[in-house]
Amino acid sequence: MTTTPLRLTLLTSLVLSLAACSGQKQEVAIEAPPATARPEAPATTTIGEQIPAMGGMTVPGSQEDLREKAGTDTVLFAYDSYELDAEARGVLARHAEWLRANPGVRVTLEGHCDERGTREYNLALGDRRANSAKNFLAAQGIGVDRLSTISYGKERPAVAGSDEGAFAQNRRAVTVVMGR
Amino acid sequence: MRTIHRLLTATLLTLATATATLAQPAGPQSGPQTGPLRVDINAGLMQPMPIAVPAFAPGNAGTTEAGTTTALGERAAQVIANDLRSSGLFRPLDPAAFTTTVGVDSVLAPDFAAWRTIAAQALVTGTVTANPDGGITLACYAYDVFAGTEIARQGFVTTAAGWRRAAHKCADLVYSRLTGESGYFDSRIVYVSETGPRTNRIKRLAIMDQDGAQHRFLTSGQNLVLTPRFAPGQQTITYMSFENNRPRVWLYTLGSGRQEAVGEFQGMSFAPRFSPDGQNLIFSMAVGGNTDIWRYNIATRQSVRLTTGPGIDTSPSYSPDGRQIVFESDRGGSQQIYVMNADGSNQRRISFGEGRSASPVWSPRGDYVAFTRMGSGRFGIGVMRPDGTGERLLTNGYQDEGASWSPNGRVILFSRSDRSGRSGLWSVDISGLNERRLATPLDASDPAWSPLLP
Repeated sequence: MTTTPLRLTLLTSLVLSLAACSGQKQEVAIEAPPATARPEAPATTTIGEQIPAMGGMTVPGSQEDLREKAGTDTVLFAYDSYELDAEARGVLARHAEWLRANPGVRVTLEGHCDERGTREYNLALGDRRANSAKNFLAAQGIGVDRLSTISYGKERPAVAGSDEGAFAQNRRAVTVVMGR
Repeated sequence: MRTIHRLLTATLLTLATATATLAQPAGPQSGPQTGPLRVDINAGLMQPMPIAVPAFAPGNAGTTEAGTTTALGERAAQVIANDLRSSGLFRPLDPAAFTTTVGVDSVLAPDFAAWRTIAAQALVTGTVTANPDGGITLACYAYDVFAGTEIARQGFVTTAAGWRRAAHKCADLVYSRLTGESGYFDSRIVYVSETGPRTNRIKRLAIMDQDGAQHRFLTSGQNLVLTPRFAPGQQTITYMSFENNRPRVWLYTLGSGRQEAVGEFQGMSFAPRFSPDGQNLIFSMAVGGNTDIWRYNIATRQSVRLTTGPGIDTSPSYSPDGRQIVFESDRGGSQQIYVMNADGSNQRRISFGEGRSASPVWSPRGDYVAFTRMGSGRFGIGVMRPDGTGERLLTNGYQDEGASWSPNGRVILFSRSDRSGRSGLWSVDISGLNERRLATPLDASDPAWSPLLP
């Protein structure tokens, strides 16, 4: 066996060469766990937030009040559409009426989509729906300083489910009372 | 690091050639009759190459903070075998079938006859040595078993905690020598971890090694977060967050955990990606119901609007040379894929297939654009050439979306959701083969693959 001494030579040299290298090596970067992440804002509650009624009375200017007076706080859309149909316009006209009766109240129009669209496109589509509702209210004379919009895309469906019944309820714009 | 590798490799080669019995020129070698051992990555239905990856031998009897050299040698071989298996191109043989053990001597002079008896075509072997500074050296050797020749060798010097990366780099070396393509195993994945009911899903950014190891969460779940993507330097991630009910693009710095909102814009900013030089972001901005694509310079904070039409223009992605941007638009009536120059000029449609085409992502090799195809109530992942030709659909699920390329442009990661709302990460190679699920602790979506780590 002639390999043994040669092999020993190789290993010795290898160790030596490694030792020579070790002074200049750069370590593989290993990340520290995230530093105490900057405190984040409190979790948000948005959809259909209910302000509890007191003694059977609905608090004027509340989300519940809007739903009661207007019949609903939500308008629905056709698939991949942001057009307000006659029913949606009727609902929003009642929202405008309610906003005129509650002049100190501000609302956010939330736009939502069903899940049958890609994530980023649906964010844009939700923005279109929210703005359709906002523009309708503005055209009814509600000051734009009382109206804001937000799109949730397909991130916050109203109902779980992957059938047309669920999709129809999830394609929506919701008028959400933000306070006075 | 790279210099060290070269030095080490050079040292090994010099030593090898100086010792007659060990002299095996590095690099692919032709066997007498079989030709070079090679995995044809473009072949259709191919048989994965049988490969043996025995436990790496302890180069010394050292112990590191990550374990003994013996233990690290065993775990390194498992990581390498798992990497190679996951590519679908290799079939690591069951160690229970091995008829020979590997000591330091047989790393340099394998018992090829013993490996032939179990029909291993290739052998990956090596050593793990504890270094005086507490780090390790993983020496990686690959052999063509039937020809009895060496294919590759390289040493990787790292901290003890970096042993996994050394193993991934060894797997990348083997993959690249046998396929002719660069590897992708020494890389990471950032994605969105999901829990909770569909109507109030909790989403958190999470990061893990490409093989699922070293998983950790980056955000707490208090804010809805979407679509994380790596900067070319991999130390920064851009994503979208709904923090303070103000949906917009953010940057997350790995290491420090620092989170920072990008710009002060009137509307919602979303769908962010970095430019290949890392100096710009491109994203969509929705203002008053109209969504256009903007470029934002991170250093100067200046933004430039690149599209102006009334349609939805979103999901922009740079070509690897930074000269063009692929994006989707519904300007023609439904979502289709378009390409424009980086300054917004020369916008033209490239997708003409059936259904809708969305969420294009340019391959890091430049040769393909991956996209999501919607039709008949289903979403699939497809690829096409940047001029729109050569369209092929690779997957078909209830909702397959969010394609992201492996660093070598051979594998596509995507998220798949079913009708119950469950979601997970999957990968498929660009031939459409080797569709497989990646394990994640919870449901998962919006994966993004990092470039190869430096």
